[in-house]
Amino acid sequence: MKKAVSMFLALALMAASLTACGSNENGGNNQQSAGTEGEAGETFFIGGIGPETGENSIYGLAVRNGAQIAVDEINEAGGINGYQIAYDFQDDEGDAEKAINAYNTLKDWGMQMLMGAVTTTPSVAVADKTAEDGMLQITPSGSSLDCVKNDNVFQVCFTDPNQGIESAKYVGEAGLAQKVAVIYNSQDSYSSGIAEAFIAEAENQPFEVVVSEAFTNDTKTDFTVQLQKARDAGADMVFLPIYYQEASLILQQADSMGYDPLFCGGDGMDGILGVDNFDTSLAEGMILLTPFIADAEDELTQNFVTEYQERYDEVPNQFAADAYDAIYIFKAAIEQANVTPDMSVEEIGTALKAAMTEITVDGLTGEGMTWEAGGTVNKTPRAVKIVDGAYQEM
Amino acid sequence: MRKLSKTTVNNLITYGIVIFAYILVQILLATGSLSSLLEGLLVPLCTYVILAVSLNLTVGVLGELSLGHAGFMCVGAFSSAFFSVSMQEAIASDGLRFFLALLVGAVCAGLFGILIGIPVLRLRGDYLAIVTLAFGEIIKNIINAMYVGRDSSGFHFSMKDTTSLGMAEDGQVILKGPQGITGTPGDSNFTIGVILVLITVFIVLNLVHSRAGRAIMAIRDNRIAAESVGINITKYKMMAFAISAALAGVAGVLYAHNLSSLTATSRNFGYNQSIMILVFVVLGGMGNIRGSIISAVVLTLLPEMIRGVGDYRMLIYSVVLIAMMIFNWSPKIKNWREAHPLLKRRKRGEEA
Amino acid sequence: MGFLSYLISGISLGSVYAIIALGYTMVYGIAKMLNFAHGDVIMIGSYVVFCAVSVMGMPPGIGILIAVVVCTVLGVVIERIAYKPLRGTSPLAVLITAIGVSYFLQNAALLIFGAGAKSFTSVVNIPALKLAGGALSISGETMVTIGACIVIVIALSCFVKFTKSGRAMLAVSEDRQAAQLMGINVNGTIALTFAIGSALAAIAGVLLCSAYPNLTPYTGSMPGIKAFTAAVFGGIGSIPGAMIGGILLGVIENLSKAYISTQLSDAIVFAVLIVVLLVKPTGILGKKVSEKV
Repeated sequence: MKKAVSMFLALALMAASLTACGSNENGGNNQQSAGTEGEAGETFFIGGIGPETGENSIYGLAVRNGAQIAVDEINEAGGINGYQIAYDFQDDEGDAEKAINAYNTLKDWGMQMLMGAVTTTPSVAVADKTAEDGMLQITPSGSSLDCVKNDNVFQVCFTDPNQGIESAKYVGEAGLAQKVAVIYNSQDSYSSGIAEAFIAEAENQPFEVVVSEAFTNDTKTDFTVQLQKARDAGADMVFLPIYYQEASLILQQADSMGYDPLFCGGDGMDGILGVDNFDTSLAEGMILLTPFIADAEDELTQNFVTEYQERYDEVPNQFAADAYDAIYIFKAAIEQANVTPDMSVEEIGTALKAAMTEITVDGLTGEGMTWEAGGTVNKTPRAVKIVDGAYQEM
Repeated sequence: MRKLSKTTVNNLITYGIVIFAYILVQILLATGSLSSLLEGLLVPLCTYVILAVSLNLTVGVLGELSLGHAGFMCVGAFSSAFFSVSMQEAIASDGLRFFLALLVGAVCAGLFGILIGIPVLRLRGDYLAIVTLAFGEIIKNIINAMYVGRDSSGFHFSMKDTTSLGMAEDGQVILKGPQGITGTPGDSNFTIGVILVLITVFIVLNLVHSRAGRAIMAIRDNRIAAESVGINITKYKMMAFAISAALAGVAGVLYAHNLSSLTATSRNFGYNQSIMILVFVVLGGMGNIRGSIISAVVLTLLPEMIRGVGDYRMLIYSVVLIAMMIFNWSPKIKNWREAHPLLKRRKRGEEA
Repeated sequence: MGFLSYLISGISLGSVYAIIALGYTMVYGIAKMLNFAHGDVIMIGSYVVFCAVSVMGMPPGIGILIAVVVCTVLGVVIERIAYKPLRGTSPLAVLITAIGVSYFLQNAALLIFGAGAKSFTSVVNIPALKLAGGALSISGETMVTIGACIVIVIALSCFVKFTKSGRAMLAVSEDRQAAQLMGINVNGTIALTFAIGSALAAIAGVLLCSAYPNLTPYTGSMPGIKAFTAAVFGGIGSIPGAMIGGILLGVIENLSKAYISTQLSDAIVFAVLIVVLLVKPTGILGKKVSEKV
């Protein structure tokens, strides 16, 4: 009996909380509800999936916000072929199982196209569901090759192996270093994917990987041992295919050890200058291979960054830019295929899938982006160097 | 009904609830009135029910606090997913392959249960809890460092990376360290899930009401007294622990075959998950199998049902969790509830 | 030389675990509950200092003081709302509400402070100690943390031995009912324990974030679980044991990273823990409890 009572209590609380927060949304407190509720048949329903809570929430929230800006811009400018976009973003906590729940929630809402998921494992799990439903899925930042295994999935970001190889080539061609140490997160598929490709490609390059050390999600505070090993091996460059949050710690610890090699990172490093209260002089001289630079001079980037800062009070990182581009890629594909919202999900999916290989998109993360039928993107990475606390193109 | 004992009736009610829920869902599915969200949640619900019921065997019936249950789930999930992926071509029949995968998962997890049980069950209380937590983390950590591939010359194994596997051109890497196993066939469905739930409940209830079960509960209530009347403590403890682990392995099989990508993160196989399963058991009532089933369902549904509240979702979830715990366990509220005439009458009715 | 520098970095890491473990062990010893929310109280304390010092520009001393006050109040409030109603039932019930509180604090911090990492400015201005011609260096943070640990261990031991409320704590931890019969205010004593434990959490938070200046809503959870392990290592409930356990844990973690494998260091740390507990089932300094029949 007591179970039934507590269940009732839970349901009552659920109901109460629903109404309570409903009023909150009206107060403009909830950014998520900004998605316009459109009428079926007159509006394109684009869903998004990513972590809004949990350790990866920083990436999920950036994607959610970046895409929101694109959606609002398009709607203000009259929509896609005259049809407005409705946008909803659901939390997956960075977990595959929750991502399926988020996907089904969006399906109930009427989603016709999916932007997501933000992290790799959920993307792969969701890709099976979108393939079943014949829906077009564009993942802004799910970067492993498994993400695009199904032919209905396309990427905005580089694939991990691709990025590892490009980074190794760049380091070799520019003659940046003789001995390289790699420090990566072995529990993260993004990081280990790049690291593995980088080390494999290094065989063909004029430098040598002297140390390859990992850390895990449970040991990501103290990196002195890894740095010590790199220093003892005489590495003059440390390659960090990791996200900027951990990298900021590595830079600080290397500094207090008095170890000053050249640091080099991938696209996950973008954002390091935006860490609240971070001493940017520590990142001086660091080289990044990133598709997006928040202080680039072009108008598109400037407008986006200004708008993002106004709304969310922070500098957008590469995730936000990828998501912004993803929405415009949907727009380009829809215009190319000339689909209308009253078509079925499968019809839209099939038409857009074909259109994806025909379009060319100029976005924040690359000019003249095109897609292979396999789902990977063609764009050129940009190498930047941090000089005086700002990015400088190389 | 008079002829049936109290426990039999009670057990029948438990089975009845599961079967009734199954029929109800089937009717809703047939009429198409079930939302996609709920439809997608059916298999995970079965998974969590099995996990909760099996952990209840360790925590409620045996009386030992285990914080490593997700570790056994992890063993079951990875061993069975590995089996299914590598046997995908060899065994054409989905049903047979899944059945074998189930056996593989359950046996592997059960073996780990025995292996871990040997040292762990010598300890007691919070020390046992921390050691089970440690084992769960070790399992997760090692799986994240394992690479297994297969080519024409057989299986290759490495603890470093895929290149060190040294595979031939035709090779296929099955387990890719932190990237886990992808492409597990989606063989689980709700019907299989419910059958497995019923089997789990059957095993646990029968064990509890058997001679062995009474011995196990005697150990829980007074170890020294139990030992002095000649109960073989190690044997019965081990039995409960291994069965509990094997059933968690079954849940892992169900989990792995429901998702096409399987990775060992702290979210799904770390101590967070172990603790979450413990929450189901404690909220449902220790030793109360039906309670475990209900609380696993309620707590799994809760965060999904309140998706509408957006950013406040997990905050509300935590508040509801605290409130439910206090409501269920607080001595004061218990007294108040018992004093309440309506509830009191029903409560008696249920116990009779 | 390599070994020494690994050892020193292990001690630095361990000193942070130790100071967190002190709060854990304190609460466990008296209230007999695993306070899984302890790590998140640490996180809140760090955010308070961050806001006071880095955003509002207050001097570090005042920031720490504010954090101690906020955490103490928070600890007492949590105890009142979430733990006290469950006193007298199974300790497992309290464990579960502690997890609920942990989720609550994490998600509240996520909503208030956002998901982005904040870089914490160290409150320690002592320069690093250079040894052997600069090849070895012990950071100021490490020295302060170890110093703070020793001061706290001595102060807590004295408090428990020589003051009236300290002895009341000891009595409550030995036998709650007997203590009550002797006229000790059990609820008050447990509330005091939480207050002290949370104040320690604030200090631990400041030192954690000074040593590893990356502050997110999830900063507290991983060191929290490591510190829990450390407390068990040293013998849970034992105040000097927590410090020894914490430092040992840090040293083992860094040495296994240095000499065995960076990927498997967690597994090794936990394996050592298991071996220690099998040899000495109540931890290094734990008391052997004789069983009553």
